[in-house]
Amino acid sequence: MPGKLKAKIVAGRHLPVMDRASDLTDAFVEVKFGNTTFKTDVCPKSLNPQWNSEWFKFEVDDEDLQDEPLQITVLDHDTYSANDAIGKVYIDIDPLLYSEAASVISGWFPIYDTIHGIRGEINVIVKVELFNDLNRFRQSSCGVKFFCTTCIPQCYRATLVHGFVEELVVNEDPEYQWIDRIRTPRASNEARQRLISLMSGELQRKIGLKVLEMGGNAVVGYLQCFDLEGESGLVVRAIGTACTLDKLSSGSAPNTNTHMHPNTAPASNACNSPSKDGKESPLAHGCRSTHNSPVHSVCSSQRLSQNFSVSVPTLIFTGMGSGGSAGKEAGPLRTLLRQQTQTALEQREFPFFTLTSFPPGFLLHVGGVVSARSVKLLDRIHNPDEPETRDAWWEEIRQEIKSHARALGCHAVVGYSESTSICEEVCILSASGTAAILNPRYMREGCLDIGCTDHRFEEPSPPNCGFCHIPYDELNMPFPAQLTYCYHCRRQKVPDVLFTTIDLPSEAAVAGKGCLIQARLCRLKKKAQGEANATAISNLLPFMEYELHTQLMNKLKLRSMNALFGLHIQISVGENMLLGLASATGVYLTALPAPGGIQIAGKTPGDLSSEHISSIQKRINDTIAVNKELYQINPPELAEEGVGSPIPEPRHRSRLFRSHSESSDELSELDLSHGKKDAFVLEIDDTDAVEDIHSLLIDAPPPTGFYSCNTENMPGISNWTSGVQMFTSVRVLRLSNANLTNQGLNKIFTDLCENLLKSFYFKLRSMIPCCLCHLNFTVAVPEEELIQVTVTAVAMTYDKEQTQEKTAEKPVNKGSLEAEEQLQFPLELCADSSSSNIQTASKISVSLFTPAAKLCQNQLLIARSAGVGESTNMSPRAASVDYGSFADRCSTWLELLRLKAHTIRRGSVKTSRRTQSLAHSVSSLERCSPLQEGRSRSLRSSRSFGGSSVTVVKMTPLSFLPGTRIIKYLGIINMFFIRETTSLREEGGVSGFLHSFIAEVFAMVRAHVAALGGNAVVSYSMKECVFMENPNKNQAQCLINVSGDAVICISETDQESSASTANTGQTGGSETDGAT
Amino acid sequence: MSVELDVFVGNTTIMDEEVYQLWLDGYTVNDAVKVRMEGGVMDECEASKDVLLSDTMDQYRTFQMCERLLHSPAKLANQLLFQIPPHRQIMLIERYYAFDDTFVREVLGKKLSKGTKKDLDDISTKTSVTLKSCRRQFDNFKRVFKVVEELKGPLVENIRQHFLLSDKLARDYAAIVFFANNRFETGKRKLQYLSFQDFAFCAGQLISNWTVGAVDNMVEDMDVDLDKEFLQELKELKILITDKDLLDQHKSLVCTALRGKTKVFIEMEGSFKNLSRGLINIAAKLTNTKDVRDFFIDLVEKFIEPCRSDRWSAADMKLYLTHYTNSAHILDTFKHQVVWDRYMGVVKSCIFKMYHD
Repeated sequence: MPGKLKAKIVAGRHLPVMDRASDLTDAFVEVKFGNTTFKTDVCPKSLNPQWNSEWFKFEVDDEDLQDEPLQITVLDHDTYSANDAIGKVYIDIDPLLYSEAASVISGWFPIYDTIHGIRGEINVIVKVELFNDLNRFRQSSCGVKFFCTTCIPQCYRATLVHGFVEELVVNEDPEYQWIDRIRTPRASNEARQRLISLMSGELQRKIGLKVLEMGGNAVVGYLQCFDLEGESGLVVRAIGTACTLDKLSSGSAPNTNTHMHPNTAPASNACNSPSKDGKESPLAHGCRSTHNSPVHSVCSSQRLSQNFSVSVPTLIFTGMGSGGSAGKEAGPLRTLLRQQTQTALEQREFPFFTLTSFPPGFLLHVGGVVSARSVKLLDRIHNPDEPETRDAWWEEIRQEIKSHARALGCHAVVGYSESTSICEEVCILSASGTAAILNPRYMREGCLDIGCTDHRFEEPSPPNCGFCHIPYDELNMPFPAQLTYCYHCRRQKVPDVLFTTIDLPSEAAVAGKGCLIQARLCRLKKKAQGEANATAISNLLPFMEYELHTQLMNKLKLRSMNALFGLHIQISVGENMLLGLASATGVYLTALPAPGGIQIAGKTPGDLSSEHISSIQKRINDTIAVNKELYQINPPELAEEGVGSPIPEPRHRSRLFRSHSESSDELSELDLSHGKKDAFVLEIDDTDAVEDIHSLLIDAPPPTGFYSCNTENMPGISNWTSGVQMFTSVRVLRLSNANLTNQGLNKIFTDLCENLLKSFYFKLRSMIPCCLCHLNFTVAVPEEELIQVTVTAVAMTYDKEQTQEKTAEKPVNKGSLEAEEQLQFPLELCADSSSSNIQTASKISVSLFTPAAKLCQNQLLIARSAGVGESTNMSPRAASVDYGSFADRCSTWLELLRLKAHTIRRGSVKTSRRTQSLAHSVSSLERCSPLQEGRSRSLRSSRSFGGSSVTVVKMTPLSFLPGTRIIKYLGIINMFFIRETTSLREEGGVSGFLHSFIAEVFAMVRAHVAALGGNAVVSYSMKECVFMENPNKNQAQCLINVSGDAVICISETDQESSASTANTGQTGGSETDGAT
Repeated sequence: MSVELDVFVGNTTIMDEEVYQLWLDGYTVNDAVKVRMEGGVMDECEASKDVLLSDTMDQYRTFQMCERLLHSPAKLANQLLFQIPPHRQIMLIERYYAFDDTFVREVLGKKLSKGTKKDLDDISTKTSVTLKSCRRQFDNFKRVFKVVEELKGPLVENIRQHFLLSDKLARDYAAIVFFANNRFETGKRKLQYLSFQDFAFCAGQLISNWTVGAVDNMVEDMDVDLDKEFLQELKELKILITDKDLLDQHKSLVCTALRGKTKVFIEMEGSFKNLSRGLINIAAKLTNTKDVRDFFIDLVEKFIEPCRSDRWSAADMKLYLTHYTNSAHILDTFKHQVVWDRYMGVVKSCIFKMYHD
């Protein structure tokens, strides 16, 4: 018996009336774990029952502890007929299974019913006692920590990153045709909820086992998904990155946490990038399709029909200054190191990482986006214990990704994710990531410390451009791209544009602000069945990918930017159409060449007058100019200034001088080639092309005061204040017009997305200046003529006054010791200059025209000096208005009243005389109006209020909350809910139904976090929102799956209280936390 | 092409105070959109009509879902469904329970029954408050009435605790409950000139001085009923008008005090007996529920109107009533000083408040 689970049912409140006659309820509770069930006594005739039960004890295997949820069912006792269920609570006890997380789950949980939604709340306490189990062959993986966060969690340090872990489990779906035959929908939906809860527990346990096998202790970037395959079953699959994490002591100074946004650069350089043969010639933007993706029709024995895949290593690259010379500098030892990593990675089946941002020095070079898609026909899963087919499918796709990455000269894939889109029996499997070269140090076993031994071999790579340098061989490029020397270091080659799926590395030098860029596309398709359908879809896919990329590229140029981060392309399949949505955050990387404009060329003079063309050209040029202004893109002028920049660090002088001379050579070349580079030509050869160009110009810029991005951090903004508003929005459009064209559909789809954004801006206007971060759009085609778009994002306020202090500022506040250790510059130098630099720091970084080399030097200086002058930097944050702190203050009228009323009631039990005086003092305190004479009476109340107020729980899809520090991760939140109704009209139609369901899901997430002792959810995401309706029958149903990390965070301004907060947090009284 | 479904849910519930007011005022979504457009909110964020419509619908839905909680405001603070900052909760409650003075004036003193509810459309037309808003306000009155009806202890405190209202609003509700319970007549033509605030003030006076709770705050009784014993004792005051000597003595004392201090002295002297009879008859009749209901109309008919027709200024009236009250203390044979003070204290301040145009 390796574990003992204990549960205690304390009380209920706000229960629904179950007995019409008495307007009351006779409630009791069943507590179930595995096959054991306990019951409480019936608490007769009360809507606020107090059970105060004994401790129910379950003695179970830790394997079960991981798989099973604790099931709590609240029922209404009925003497004559069957007891009526009021609702249920599922509690995932996984967070109790590792020592560092929560030690008790205690709090009010909403009682949830799939038909009625939330029906009151129940107060439960759960504890686990684990016994040590030394069995080597154990099936459980208790103790492995899970994080949804796609970076190294704030209060941990990664000593080793082991790599990719994946697992999937399959089962029959208890109810797949629910909508047509609603017999006992509640029963089947509850079965479904329970099953999925079980399956995700099992999945997590299995992944944990793999992590233990690899020698890790945690999974970061854990991504779990459901495939509701309908008749063929239910698949739950997950991927993640296994790591060995070290906890940093939370009491120590803020500097000690390894933040994922380091401000120093990778200390090593990629000088001798491996050159691999790019045997595929993938899709290149703007070029006439040279796309020869392997579309092979394989009818395999497993009855999977069409296997299609397209690889899109989207043009990005780097170069080394001169392949040969770099090699010389590195020396043989480096080469050896490189080879070691290489092999270390190659030994792994899949060198994939689900992380999107990395510790300093981890990411060396980025190759480009790699993606693969495959169309499959679903078949009944015959043997749930052997999910080979699905495994094989994913295996195939991953192999393909791996080979794409090789083609780009990269040995790893970062920012990796997988997804599916299912319509009837057709399923599109997609995977994408960013090909990259990683620093060997993290890969090698036994080399846990960063920045000591390897130090001397390292060539100081330019901190803010290294990752842009191409990893592949210039002479043997995998696809056509224009290479130039890096605009920063002038030593290595960079591509003209860079697309990635990761977050912008915080050390990257950017000009201006970033912005959300979306490409949207609809393609009609004939209705078909089976293999014909699958073939039709796979034939359409390459064209969609191509068009999405063209759109992205055009929009990027239109905004005068040269790189995309966080690129996510979703292709969703419906019965008669395919929807494609690509979202990314555009940014101007100063290391990359300035994007040329867009030139319009007419091909058929007969159709279009040259005036027309020139008017379009003018509009485009104007738009580019406006956008440059809007996003404040004023890249540093490199020309002469670059030469004169003084570099105070002697060690580097020689090298820098040389690079200067190189760059000046280069400059003349660049100027010459400018004309060529500029030639990004859009040809107008038919009306379609005109439409395309018009649609380009439709995208309205966000209104003044708003910025938007879909990544973790907003390029160009870092001085967040504490205003945070996470939201979910769902919009479904019904297409009434039967004979729509592709063009018409595109317009509708584009408008839908644009209007959604406009709605957000309007709704959140009170937060200006504000940025919508992590805008995550999901599209679906739930029925033939419906398009559904689901968006989750967070709006965060920032301090407008400080926006000029860009990139260097943010890492400073979260500055890491390790980062500082890695500084190549002597610390004394910084210390000396710091005092004088504090005041001028911002000025220095503002001057965007500073030569690049100087700029980076200055940023390092600022990093130091700002570290010293931290308190001055912090104060503007503290002064900001904040709802969280408002809640904390609690001394509002309401709280005061409540508190007092409470005291008084207690007082009145003792002596009436005393009560009287108390009452008097209260009244005089509470209101200014004097009491009327002779009116000080006792406060006697026959009703009691539940005195406690509700903990404020903040939610964000990001890995951090501005102005706060995470001191503890309490465990993963992974919840699945189904809600159904048979009285759709009465519940306010589909919108009313979904609105209350989403609000309920939020409420349940918050309640679980609060019960764990937390006050926030980070890396929150809504991974599934499947909505189905049948208005004729007045019915609807919705499934929602959400996940995130429950955390305790405290305000950055009161570090000292951290220890005490952790304790109060445990008892659930964290409303007094200085947090958020 | 049509929007089938459109929702926006924030972790912290987003509520626009302007839209909330429009919702409370009973505007339909479309009317609310029109009002907002005219208000110029569109210019703020380059919004279109569609955006405004979508936002308004979202907010209306949110308010509808919150409405259930607003019916028992204590629940709002410890419910889990909506995360609403405390200051917003207070705003929501305060505004939900706010009412139009014109509307409340119409139902003041009426029985809060189904019958009255049926008349709400008439009241709506008359006061140009939308029917929806009328219903909300009426239901609020009724809800508060029902809750405090069963409670012991001071009325205002009870309302404040159970509905978490501000002091001012709690007092107004106490007045409404008190009037509804005693069914005071306020609708007669002669009383039309009085505002709700006039009555609310009078109610406050009556509650503090004439109810059971006024004398003994430990008695477990309701604040809404008048002190029966006191009403009985009021009959004793009749001696002031039935005893000829006492009446004359009283008059001469008052007249001596007033002489030379007012322009309407002649009128005061002339109407003394009438006015005194009026006031004391009102007191003596208060044991009948029917006469309690007519308390305010009686005050107007028996005292305020005669004074006004004699063109007394407010100051004159105050002067007169002060001396009228105080002089009674000097009367040797008048033994009911305590009752007299308790009665006249309230009557005096009520008349002060009611004596205007």
